[in-house]
Amino acid sequence: MIAWISSPRILRGLLPAFSLAVILVAIFYLQPRAMSYFGLNLLLNLALPIAFATLAQMCVITVNDLDLGIGAYVGFVVCVSATWLNDQPVIGVVVLAGCIAVYGALGALIHLRNLPSIVVTLGMSFFWLGLALLVLPTPGGKAPDWIRAIMTFKAPGVPMTIYASAAIALLVHIGLKRSAFGAVLRGAGGNPRSVERAGWSLLRIKVTMYALAGFFGVLSGISLIGLTTSADANIALRYTLLSIAGVILGGGEFVGGRISPIGAVLGAMTLTLAGSFLSFLRISPDWQIGAQGAILIIVLALRVVINRTEARRPR
Amino acid sequence: MISDRLRILFEKPWIWAFLGAGLVWMATIAFTGGQGAGQILSAALAFATFSVIVGIGQMYVITLGPGNIDLSIPATMTFAGAVSMKIVDTQDSMVVLGLVIALACGAAVGVFNYGLIRVLRIPPIIATLSSSFLVQSSAIAYGRGLKIKPPPMLADFTTAKIAGVPVLAICVIGLAAVMGVVLHRTVYGKSVIAIGQNPRAAQFAGINVDFTRFATYVLSAVMAGLCGYVLSGFSGGASLNMGAEYLLASIAVVVIGGTSVAGGFANLPGLWGAALFMFLLVTMLNIFGLTAGVRLILTGAIIVGVITLAGGRKT
Repeated sequence: MIAWISSPRILRGLLPAFSLAVILVAIFYLQPRAMSYFGLNLLLNLALPIAFATLAQMCVITVNDLDLGIGAYVGFVVCVSATWLNDQPVIGVVVLAGCIAVYGALGALIHLRNLPSIVVTLGMSFFWLGLALLVLPTPGGKAPDWIRAIMTFKAPGVPMTIYASAAIALLVHIGLKRSAFGAVLRGAGGNPRSVERAGWSLLRIKVTMYALAGFFGVLSGISLIGLTTSADANIALRYTLLSIAGVILGGGEFVGGRISPIGAVLGAMTLTLAGSFLSFLRISPDWQIGAQGAILIIVLALRVVINRTEARRPR
Repeated sequence: MISDRLRILFEKPWIWAFLGAGLVWMATIAFTGGQGAGQILSAALAFATFSVIVGIGQMYVITLGPGNIDLSIPATMTFAGAVSMKIVDTQDSMVVLGLVIALACGAAVGVFNYGLIRVLRIPPIIATLSSSFLVQSSAIAYGRGLKIKPPPMLADFTTAKIAGVPVLAICVIGLAAVMGVVLHRTVYGKSVIAIGQNPRAAQFAGINVDFTRFATYVLSAVMAGLCGYVLSGFSGGASLNMGAEYLLASIAVVVIGGTSVAGGFANLPGLWGAALFMFLLVTMLNIFGLTAGVRLILTGAIIVGVITLAGGRKT
């Protein structure tokens, strides 16, 4: 049992859960009243949209790319949800489906022209922000009632966020890590040439992963508008960096298609809690992003330590 | 004879950026009926200067090969600007000391960045991203959200013009020329290019890969520090979001300027062409009287369009 737990592979897998547990325990220690349904609900309120954005980023990272436009994209989805999806649901749904198609097309463009994803998505971030400003020039709009109802649903036992996060993490885990096609998708990040030689179309894989990213981005925007009730084009810009941090924190690696959906969701929750943790410590909110950076560095350092023990161990 | 020379000229990868800048400029003055042609060019030179300064550092980093990129430039600029302005405290006698402090701030961030890359063995994107969180937080905590005024002498120097040409632009043209010589004529510069083309071959050829990469990340951060300092003088003080737009700018000028994103081929003159192009583009859209939304959409679309046309060369 102990040998199994202390094996580097398992340790690495447990690291995201461990970081989340450490920060939760620290918060409960500082503020015991947070250890309640209401307290947890407040703490994890914004975790779901961040988790979705993180999963979107993870899809892109799986194929060795990086999406620097996801924050602006989520902001655009929020603006569409607060206007069209509320007033004219049909148009709203068509526009959101169009967004996913654009994401798929981006994947095709990046693959066919062999473009650097960083530059393309950074350019797209301007595109989305501009579209969002056209849809909603000033902050406002209104969340559709049904989204609001889902997001504020009082689940029995623990807050809805926890159920939803667990369900989505498990679903993506099964899809990407346990299915045959999931293995091919990840393989496209690990060894594209051999995947291609095995008869799979790399183009189709890239389009699939980018479209999936677009889909999770839509979910992120919809869940965000359900929580904030009114929209703003700039509302989610920080999600870009947050989502990258979440993927890495969750055990994802930058190359080789090594990703962990469950870890990514846990990583997103850890980053969400980091802000509350600081305020409980009475540290100025100036240090909030700094703390997120520090958590990232500490977790990466722990991972190095684990990897070193693995290297030393006779196989 | 002449056609030969023209052909050689058109084979230079940087020519397209200058052609683009020229076209946009002509479109703008055609719209205004020739009015303000000189002023627009003068302003473009002034603003392009800052993109070029950070672009030089980013170009060296990107030339190191795939995966090498410095995402901490905006945070470093803000940090160096805030620290130097606060210490100088509007005293003219401290102008040189301020410059040294700003450069030292940059160097410190660069050393930290490379330390993370080396010790944690993580990709540069993640290392510079995590450190940018910490650096940005430090800048916020240190600057306390105030706009810290520059000493008058620095403000005068950075906004001075000789016959409409900004003095700072002349200095940075000189700096770019020096960095071009460093890149193509020194052991260090040639090492950067060699590592970008094939790190293993560079290693076997006896190049100190570790030291070269270290020096390059420090160089990039020092450039960001320099940019933070002169931009503080130019824009009337160090503010907390002054670096924000330079993440895209630093990457875009490198890519549009004809430097290979895959590394190994750098292009200094292109930085100026691309920086002028980017500024003139925004000016043109402004003068056409477009709203912020449309302007952003077009900026994004043009960046993606340019990279689609310019990139895609399999290197």
